[in-house]
Amino acid sequence: MKKLEMQLLDLLQEDCRLPLEKLAVMLGATTAEVAETIDSLEKQRVILRYAPTINWDKTDRERVEAMIQVSVTPQRDAGFDEVAKRIYRFEEVKSVYLMSGGYDLLVLVEGRTLKECALFVSSKLSTLEMVTGTATSFILKRYKEEGVVFEEGKTDNRLVITP
Amino acid sequence: MTYEKFINPAIAAVPPSGIRRFFDIAATMKDAISLGVGEPDFVTPYHIRNAAINSLLDGETQYTGNRGMPELLEEISWYLEHRYQTKYDPATEIMVTVGASEAIDVALRALVSPGDEVLVPEPSYVSYSPSVIFATGTPVGVVTTAETEFRLTPEAIEAAITPRTKFLILPYPNNPTGGVMGREDLLKIAAVVEKHDLLVISDEIYAELSYGDHQHVSFAALPGMWQRTITLNGFSKAFAMTGWRVGYACGPREIISVMLKIHQYGIMCAPRMGQVAALEALRSGRLTDYEDVRKMRESYDRRRRLMVEGFRAMGLECFEPRGAFYVFPGIQPTGLTSEDFCNRLLLEHKVACVPGTAFGACGEGHIRCSYATGIDKLNIALERMEAFVRQVRG
Ligand SMILES: Cc1ncc(COP(=O)(O)O)c(C=O)c1O
Repeated sequence: MKKLEMQLLDLLQEDCRLPLEKLAVMLGATTAEVAETIDSLEKQRVILRYAPTINWDKTDRERVEAMIQVSVTPQRDAGFDEVAKRIYRFEEVKSVYLMSGGYDLLVLVEGRTLKECALFVSSKLSTLEMVTGTATSFILKRYKEEGVVFEEGKTDNRLVITP
Repeated sequence: MTYEKFINPAIAAVPPSGIRRFFDIAATMKDAISLGVGEPDFVTPYHIRNAAINSLLDGETQYTGNRGMPELLEEISWYLEHRYQTKYDPATEIMVTVGASEAIDVALRALVSPGDEVLVPEPSYVSYSPSVIFATGTPVGVVTTAETEFRLTPEAIEAAITPRTKFLILPYPNNPTGGVMGREDLLKIAAVVEKHDLLVISDEIYAELSYGDHQHVSFAALPGMWQRTITLNGFSKAFAMTGWRVGYACGPREIISVMLKIHQYGIMCAPRMGQVAALEALRSGRLTDYEDVRKMRESYDRRRRLMVEGFRAMGLECFEPRGAFYVFPGIQPTGLTSEDFCNRLLLEHKVACVPGTAFGACGEGHIRCSYATGIDKLNIALERMEAFVRQVRG
């Protein structure tokens, strides 16, 4: 990947609201080059979307997340991918990862209540024919996500003017 | 009681730093954005902090040898040789100091005799001239200008030399201008240094923060200059380690041994904690090809471009700085003095910059803006400054 692409991704990951002109200035490229590069990154599905990191705990929304370790029997032709697809199509499922180690898929589920998540596991997930076992853990507190620490704001300990 | 007779008049005569005065106003303003900070906005990388924590847990709380921890001296020696092609024997030609600040002070006190003249290029870091005075010498300003991108020219040096001139402070990459000196520029200085039999104190603390195609050249790496140079450096800027207070001085053993004498009696040693952290910074740097430093440099570089472009868009002249983390735009079109510009900008638009005059009289007409601040804040500061410039230009 070109240097411009990498640098652009670094900047956008930090703040995707930076205007094209500012991005161009900072990267020493033209606005057109930056626009083209972003366009191509989107087309290649390197950039999938521009979304903020939200601390939902500070909102009024009732929300519970569960991490479910899922063991499966891979499908004969498509292996794990087909199983993953059967799982990630459920709307409740936020993330699915293929894992090394003692189980196969890690599934992140979101619901309004504990009960809702539990129901998803018992009625939807574990009833899939290839699912051979699940172990559900509920998230109690989120400390850091995508490199962002939730509780501590950024503090600047520097004096306002120094030599 | 009056203390006049007890206070050294030579010290009393040194004016307080222009930065200090400004600080007092800025410190009271809560919502001001400060572009006045001369230190990185990064916190020291976590693995470095962690190394210091571990050493504290292990009870490493004692003095170290005067010269510094032998492992650190070894590591500094390796670093300088591989990064800047200068060779220093860790046992005799390097000493660890309490920041480059102490190194400046100790070098001058070890070398300067009463009445010696020390050439100090201006604009430059606020502590050189006072330190020369504290060392009983006479600082002689050498003017650098925006026209030559604040490079030191052999002509300007020649014009300032007298029979009493013994030393030249070489402050590149430069605070406050961001100016740098390439190999060709330095070779010209070397010729003058040779011709007039001068000794050079080269403050290279911003060496790692060089941008674009500029590669830092250490003055001691030039032919014949090793013998004539005391190289000063430190961890504050490159590794975001200002509060740890670790720097170092390197040079011929005859000189380092005299400097060590002052350090030994006056300071004992740099803080062990800081030395342990510095050791981790260099050791891990060696293994990762200085990834921490590279990431920070890339981040500064983006902000540097943003600032230069921002000032030019306001119609202010701004030469492209290629080192440190400052821009030094000219504010002449506003018709204001640097001091008035900064005062009004702070009081009316809540952006703190430092008047160029804080770094020498020839800084008049310029302001120093540090871009070691978040991009979001820099953008707001640029908008506020633009409004201010438009307002005063009418
Ligand atoms: C040019 C220059 N030299 C030396 C220093 C002192 O650095 P240290 O923290 O190593 O004492 C500074 C700090 O602002 C500086 O800008």
